[in-house]
Amino acid sequence: MIPGALVVCPFCGCGCVFHLAVRDGRAVGITPINSHPVSRGSLCIKGWKAHEFINHPARLRSPLIREHGIVREASWDEALDLVAKRLCEIKEKHGGNALGFFSSAKVTNEENYLFMKMARAAFGSNNIDHCARL
Amino acid sequence: MAGLAASFGSGAMTNSIPEMDDADAFFVIGSNTTEQHPLVAARIIEAMRLKNAKLVVADPRRIGLAKLADIHLMHRVGTDVALLNGMMHVILEKGWENKAFIAERTENFDSLREVVKRYPPEKTAAITGVDPGTLSEAAELYAKSAKTMLFYAMGITQHTTGTDNVKTLANLAMLTGHIGFPSTGVNPLRGQNNVQGACDMGALPDVFSGYQRVSDDDVIRKFERAWGVGGLSREPGLTVTEILHEAGTGGIKGLYIMGENPAVSDPEARAVERCLRKVEFLVVQDIFMTETAKFAHVILPAVSFAEKTGTFTNTERRVQLSRQAMKPLKGCLDEWKIICGVATRAGYRMGYDSPEEILREINEVTPSYRGITWKRLETVWGIAWPCPNEDHPGTPFLHKERFVRGLGHFDPREYMAAFEVPDEQYPFLLTTGRVGAQYHTGTMTRKIPLLEREAPGAVLEISPEDAVALRVREGSMVGLESRRGELRLPVHLNPDIPKGTVFGTFHFSEKNMNALTICALDPVAKIPEYKSCAVSVRRL
Repeated sequence: MIPGALVVCPFCGCGCVFHLAVRDGRAVGITPINSHPVSRGSLCIKGWKAHEFINHPARLRSPLIREHGIVREASWDEALDLVAKRLCEIKEKHGGNALGFFSSAKVTNEENYLFMKMARAAFGSNNIDHCARL
Repeated sequence: MAGLAASFGSGAMTNSIPEMDDADAFFVIGSNTTEQHPLVAARIIEAMRLKNAKLVVADPRRIGLAKLADIHLMHRVGTDVALLNGMMHVILEKGWENKAFIAERTENFDSLREVVKRYPPEKTAAITGVDPGTLSEAAELYAKSAKTMLFYAMGITQHTTGTDNVKTLANLAMLTGHIGFPSTGVNPLRGQNNVQGACDMGALPDVFSGYQRVSDDDVIRKFERAWGVGGLSREPGLTVTEILHEAGTGGIKGLYIMGENPAVSDPEARAVERCLRKVEFLVVQDIFMTETAKFAHVILPAVSFAEKTGTFTNTERRVQLSRQAMKPLKGCLDEWKIICGVATRAGYRMGYDSPEEILREINEVTPSYRGITWKRLETVWGIAWPCPNEDHPGTPFLHKERFVRGLGHFDPREYMAAFEVPDEQYPFLLTTGRVGAQYHTGTMTRKIPLLEREAPGAVLEISPEDAVALRVREGSMVGLESRRGELRLPVHLNPDIPKGTVFGTFHFSEKNMNALTICALDPVAKIPEYKSCAVSVRRL
């Protein structure tokens, strides 16, 4: 069995890296790495099981739009157009300070950087934060 | 973070995890390490077993690590400043302080001496419940061991006095010179795999990436040039709790939430729901239909950690590359592509080919990440910032020879009680946290059968003594009430909890302890006081 790609664990801040094995498009198992300076061949109970939610049937698989209280599926183009349009409308009417952005301690540095850049450069808002305090 | 930044000039873990192998002693306060940072706890236990390292634990509960410790300081919830000032009182009285370090590397020592003078062991005992003998032993072990590492987590920060607590820890480390050397330091353990990175990248209201302040004109000019925009705001923005509050009063009209679940994770859950309902336009980007997404006008399906490539920064500032293990599930889109799509449609063009190209821009605009390039990360187990250039090996421990701010600053703090303390109507103290087999709001872990078996649902942990007084037994249903909400849930008798204190988690949205917690904030860090509020418990 192939150990799989080198992946950073999605849970706590220890930063263990493990092999994540994938078969037929499904995440099937995790192997710890002896040479990793934090993990050193060990994982906690959450780390060992981190592959199990990836292919969960409850994963969201389509953009959704709520209209008049009813949620319906939408295309990516329609959803992104709507997000940009509504946020721009609010910005134009009330200014960037009427917008808020919650970034995430679960996504990558690159994604956090871009999200912060979008809030500040595209929408003129410094109301950006994430759950570091929670 | 604010506390450490004021004392040392940098608000991150000062030392690295591998250095733990050479420490002589550990002081763990406000961290249930075996449950929340299992691999760090394993390292402590290993150092004790193999190298005879000593361990002091300060925690109101008899947590896993406390049972293994040489000394357990079982202080009352929210009395950390008094406890630490008491330790420093003993250290100064016995002459165990590091005089050379204080003289050469710190400032404002006299005012520290004045304040800790007011915390003799008897007075400390009256506040904290820790007897003078045990306090003195702990102070001796911490001060006199050659290399002591101090670890803390949310048990220190999630108080209205959180910043005071952190500054007081910094005082203790400087007083004894246990900072600025290998296997020492003041080490906040971060609870999420990229909470350090999110801070580093400027997902904060007052700084750009690398903690470059939005109020600094030079910084603004630099980012305006780099990003090709004008008029970036110099006014620091609002924090999470402030944004939610403003949403409730109509000040915030549009809210874009990426990968967070404030409906469960934030204090005073009922008030949070009210605020989320009130937002004119709410976007939630996530991998599951979270409790927060249920309020959204648009929901954007993102990809999980396994489907993306990018870098994460762990608790010890180690930036590591995470590789894509599988293609995005059909219908889902990479976070960075979603963001580029929204920004470009809003009239600000963002075009990148890959996360690698984004990291290149981060390298350019962020001095502490300048040398942490994609190419280097492909061949090593990460690089710790600051790393100013590509030849730099990274910085496993900070403040060597001088503090980032120059001299370490003693900022003595006085003990202050929690915002809400138990009274006749609400006689119990509720403290909240996480358990080892679940994670945060449970969005991920509650979909993993083995973890559900280990921690299947919400319970209220109470001491056997209180159980007798309440006439309840294991599994009895109780009504739990605070000034902000109520819950019905079964009790679990736990002899490791002190009388008068009850414990619960926020993993289970159907019985969420945050229905009861209080949104009283630390005035500087704006962290809510999750660790302490007053409740009543009644048998049903």
